[in-house]
Amino acid sequence: MKKTGAQILCESLIKEGVEVIFGILGGAVLPIYDTFPQYPQLRHILVRHEQGAAHAADGYARATHKAGVCIATSGPGATNLVTGIACAYMDSAPMVAITGQVPRSVIGKDAFQETDITGITIPITKHNYLVTDVAELAKTVKEAFYIAQTGRPGPVLIDIPRDVQQETTEFIYPDKVDLPGYKIISRGHPAQIKKAAKLINEAEQPVIIAGRGVIISQAYDELRELAEEAQIPVVHTLLGISSFPGNHILNLGMLGMHGTGSANMAVQNADLIIAIGMRFDDRATGNTKYFAPNARVIHIDIDPAEIGKNVLTEVPVVGDIKSVLTAMNSQIERREHVAWLSQIEQWSYEYPSQEIREGEELLPQYIVQQIYDATQGDALVVTGVGQNQMWAARYFTYIKPNSLISAGGLGPMGFELPAAMGVKVGCPEEVVWCIAGDGGFQMTIQELATITQERIAVKIAIMNNGYLGMVRQWQELFYGRRYVDTKLWNPDFVKIAEAYDIPGVRVKRREEVIPAIQKAMEYPGAFLIDFLIEPEENVYPIVPPGESLARFLELSKPEVRGGKL
Amino acid sequence: MINTKHTLVALVEDKPGVLNRIASLFRRRGFNIQSLAVGGSEHPGLSRMTIVVGGDSAQVEQVRKQLEKLINVVKVSDITEEDIVTRELALIKVKATAQTRSEIMQIVDIFRANIVDVSPSSLTIEVTGDEDKVNSLIGLLREFGVKEIARTGRIALTRGGGS
Repeated sequence: MKKTGAQILCESLIKEGVEVIFGILGGAVLPIYDTFPQYPQLRHILVRHEQGAAHAADGYARATHKAGVCIATSGPGATNLVTGIACAYMDSAPMVAITGQVPRSVIGKDAFQETDITGITIPITKHNYLVTDVAELAKTVKEAFYIAQTGRPGPVLIDIPRDVQQETTEFIYPDKVDLPGYKIISRGHPAQIKKAAKLINEAEQPVIIAGRGVIISQAYDELRELAEEAQIPVVHTLLGISSFPGNHILNLGMLGMHGTGSANMAVQNADLIIAIGMRFDDRATGNTKYFAPNARVIHIDIDPAEIGKNVLTEVPVVGDIKSVLTAMNSQIERREHVAWLSQIEQWSYEYPSQEIREGEELLPQYIVQQIYDATQGDALVVTGVGQNQMWAARYFTYIKPNSLISAGGLGPMGFELPAAMGVKVGCPEEVVWCIAGDGGFQMTIQELATITQERIAVKIAIMNNGYLGMVRQWQELFYGRRYVDTKLWNPDFVKIAEAYDIPGVRVKRREEVIPAIQKAMEYPGAFLIDFLIEPEENVYPIVPPGESLARFLELSKPEVRGGKL
Repeated sequence: MINTKHTLVALVEDKPGVLNRIASLFRRRGFNIQSLAVGGSEHPGLSRMTIVVGGDSAQVEQVRKQLEKLINVVKVSDITEEDIVTRELALIKVKATAQTRSEIMQIVDIFRANIVDVSPSSLTIEVTGDEDKVNSLIGLLREFGVKEIARTGRIALTRGGGS
């Protein structure tokens, strides 16, 4: 029996195990939406803006390790997805974005709501397709999911003209893909693994830098085995948080611009860097000219193009982290590294980066710690970008694997709320805390309607300082305290939540924090807390832009300090 | 790090938009294409692209690996260090009068080039060879007045039986 393109799309999605689609409709996807009632196993979540659909699909994907699916109409619908697609691309999240396109007969004629979305998304997708023949559709969906979810994951976009959605053909779903230009190197080269193991066995001051690749590969146990066997301290990138237990004695915390003093000092003084599933982002390395000057570098990553891109590597190992570490761990000798670990302990006293200022003010670091205490770490935390993100990254102890979902590479404000929706939909049994800033929250605030309509029980904590806080911090520290256009007039967020049928409370003092968090946890549905935090609280330490990681400003001594370089 | 010209040869799927993907990659990563020639290959459905890029070895290796990541790119090799045959074809339209025509024809003979079009005021010359040969011919013809030049850019294959 012949089926329409729209039916073929839905059946292909079901074949791929898709359960949830985030989207919003429009003229060019009407045939697809018209077939949804025939496929009740596909849950469609109606968002209020396409950016929300893309971030939600991204959050869903990161939390579940399955491709997130979003759908939008042609033209503005498709362009509104762009920020979310770019975010998934930068952070290697598997996503399949489906867009409607104007009918084939008017493509290229500047038709109503026509945009060249495949052209636009070339630089921000792993691959994309314009389907011009319904006979190609099933094969295209198969390929799209395969590409999105394998190797280094990423977003794939499928653009489907409206008339292709209506055209009919036989539905045959292919068993496998034929992609001669797509190669995945999953097993590391044995000779490279041997070389890496030798360097590790010989190192006196090794440091592991764990990135999101560890989480994508779910190589938590293998990483832990390596660290424990050879007693190697572990630092992690922002997106590597929760790849290694936050309460482990070998975990020095996050490195980079807002990393802990001991993590950054360890990296700068290491004689061996073992970089695992990370890409030497500038926020992690500081000025690469001064990065880890005495270290030899082992870089393990599934993407060969990451090797040598930002930092020279002595021993590259291209492959899937889990497979590489499994092969490597058997060659690792037991070590103690007593002198090195005691030096690091010394740094952690010298640079007490986790200290929280004394005083009566309502401090965001304290709030994040209280959320941790209330959940005992048994929660998934979703953040946007900026100060809220850094406080959430640093003051919550991530014990559960893959428990921080944060927009790292692209850093779009407004990621937090829709991504938290996606995380909660993907993991309905988990407690999901969305930690937002007052600026970012307003960029995707409309998704409160989605949360209520779809009964998505996320707990929202707004770190409300009345500023675009991170930018204000930069103005304070690097632009002579000139606060140009960073002060925000804000609406009453509790009333706003109430208007969306979401209960909330406002917290102004420390003693109100714990009761408010308790109330949020006890309430069965979504709940919002508007924390009026100290307006000019800064994130410390901070490595000034262009500096070496060893030169950072600390809370107690806000002048550049640190070791030799 | 020596900044030199590298010759990359890529087998790419013959599909719409592939050239756009490759050009987009070069642009957004700040790689500098000096020439790009594309045409059919021995495999049905695949085109062979010869790309000349400037940069040190590390940069060009990064170009190669980024190109390899494109789904429509099947294989990329940097053949700069290999024993290769490179050729370029150029068409050169040069001013010619009754007085200069025979002199130009002599130069054309020396370069084993061909005259492919003649008019009362011009000659169009076809030349193949490596870039140096093409450049020297153009240099000699300049004194007669070069009106137009069209060059294909470098194409290349490795010497010998292997592929």
